Amino acid sequence: MDKFDVIVVGAGLAGLAAAYTLAGGGAEVLVLERGDYPGAKNVTGGRIYVNPVQAFFPMLRVNAPFERPIVREGITLLARERALNLEYHGGELEREPHQSFSILRSRFDRWFAEQAESRGAMILSKTRVDDVIREKGVVCGVVAGGDELRADVVIACDGVLSVVSEKAGLRQPGKPRDHAIGIKEVISLDPDVINDRFSLRGNSGAARLYVGEVTKGRFGGGFLYTNSDSVSLGVVIGIEELLKNGGIDAPGLMEDFKRNSEIEILIKGGNTVEYAAHVLPEGGFDSITTLFGDGILVAGDAAGLAINIGFTVRGMEYALASGYFAARAAIIAKGKGDFSAGSLAVYRKMLEESFVMKDFRTFRHTPGVISKSRIFSDYPELAGRIFRDIYSVDDRPKEALFATLRRHLGPGELWTILKDLAEVRKI
Amino acid sequence: MSAADLKAKLGLNVFKPLREPHIRIRAGREKDKELKAAVRICPAGLYSENEKGEVTLALDGCLECGTCRIACGPDILEWDYPAGDTGVQYRFG
Repeated sequence: MDKFDVIVVGAGLAGLAAAYTLAGGGAEVLVLERGDYPGAKNVTGGRIYVNPVQAFFPMLRVNAPFERPIVREGITLLARERALNLEYHGGELEREPHQSFSILRSRFDRWFAEQAESRGAMILSKTRVDDVIREKGVVCGVVAGGDELRADVVIACDGVLSVVSEKAGLRQPGKPRDHAIGIKEVISLDPDVINDRFSLRGNSGAARLYVGEVTKGRFGGGFLYTNSDSVSLGVVIGIEELLKNGGIDAPGLMEDFKRNSEIEILIKGGNTVEYAAHVLPEGGFDSITTLFGDGILVAGDAAGLAINIGFTVRGMEYALASGYFAARAAIIAKGKGDFSAGSLAVYRKMLEESFVMKDFRTFRHTPGVISKSRIFSDYPELAGRIFRDIYSVDDRPKEALFATLRRHLGPGELWTILKDLAEVRKI
Repeated sequence: MSAADLKAKLGLNVFKPLREPHIRIRAGREKDKELKAAVRICPAGLYSENEKGEVTLALDGCLECGTCRIACGPDILEWDYPAGDTGVQYRFG
């Protein structure tokens, strides 16, 4: 049987980025994808930032099938009885080049796969990889559909659970502490209705983040992204939080969020067209897995390369960049004819020198700090009560503004806030 | 939320029939605490507890999300992705 230069497992962003780069560099590359088509098994919340990977994939800005450029950013503190909204928009978000776009993966991944194929990558769908072939500890191919497929290098891009890197002995199964579950509904809505409800013009889009009651005060949040003719509405919550807490059921959390009066009005008249869920890595720097071994590289979610930066979990740019660097490392190794771990270690070096590892180091302590933060529980309620009393006018004489604030922010409360702020310095 | 409502949501998705179970509860672990948590946290509601306190699993509608694998671990669940050409096929994702 023929031997490939590189076998990529998984046609997600990391895998397709690797295949596109490898094929462009003249390598013979086979991508194995278990879905019916690239994207068939892939889920995102819904937003990708383009600037970090612009140099590697300049065609993204030119003709990628993104949904809408994000020009309005909103944060809502959802308290039990009330909500506080903060919205940010302005010329810098409106002007091209836009920094982020809403995205639906099934559509995008198919397009990206076509780009890789047009450069000569071979993509085999409907094919699950069952095992890794190892000889004297060196990975030299995979078993799929009963066939042995051999390559100089295997790049594991098989997602957050990465069965392939487990089978290659590079990682242990993931732990609840480092992972969250994302649940999402895609709700179809007329584009004009979307524009009216979110104060948008033309094809511009909005992103909203919801904190507080959406996760019943637990570590996590809700999101809403406008797509071309739908919205992506979902909830992300840490799995450890879910395990600890007897009262919360995950499908119910999504349904309650959808029925929240703040949300209901935004999706009124829309029809859910898909219900999706996926685990995501969010442990950051300390839960990055082994990135390479003899004959194998690991990229994207498979390597734990997603990070909670406080207001969002970012993964897609890291998947694209790590796929790119894994491909570069494989090409360099091919030039030397040396596919040992020592030779492939250049992958780690390239990641270290890029925004990828720099971001992971910068946000190293963020997951730990915010997972314990009162931002999900106490602060939405506190802020809500303050605003309630500031805005309230009843039959008694009105209390002075400062007196209202002092009543809510007594010495005990202020002391707690100061302690929280001391923690915030770490993120 | 009710099981019927959740079934209706899952009914919106495209699923190709599974040829064989890709997740199995290991023998003797049916009453594990983590497994009981899976009843609550599986986004597709595929786990249920019977009157004997044992957890059972019905795989139709599996979103292949991995929540149960992370929550329960390999000692409780024998877990693999479904074979190619089967399982959920997202049209939006």
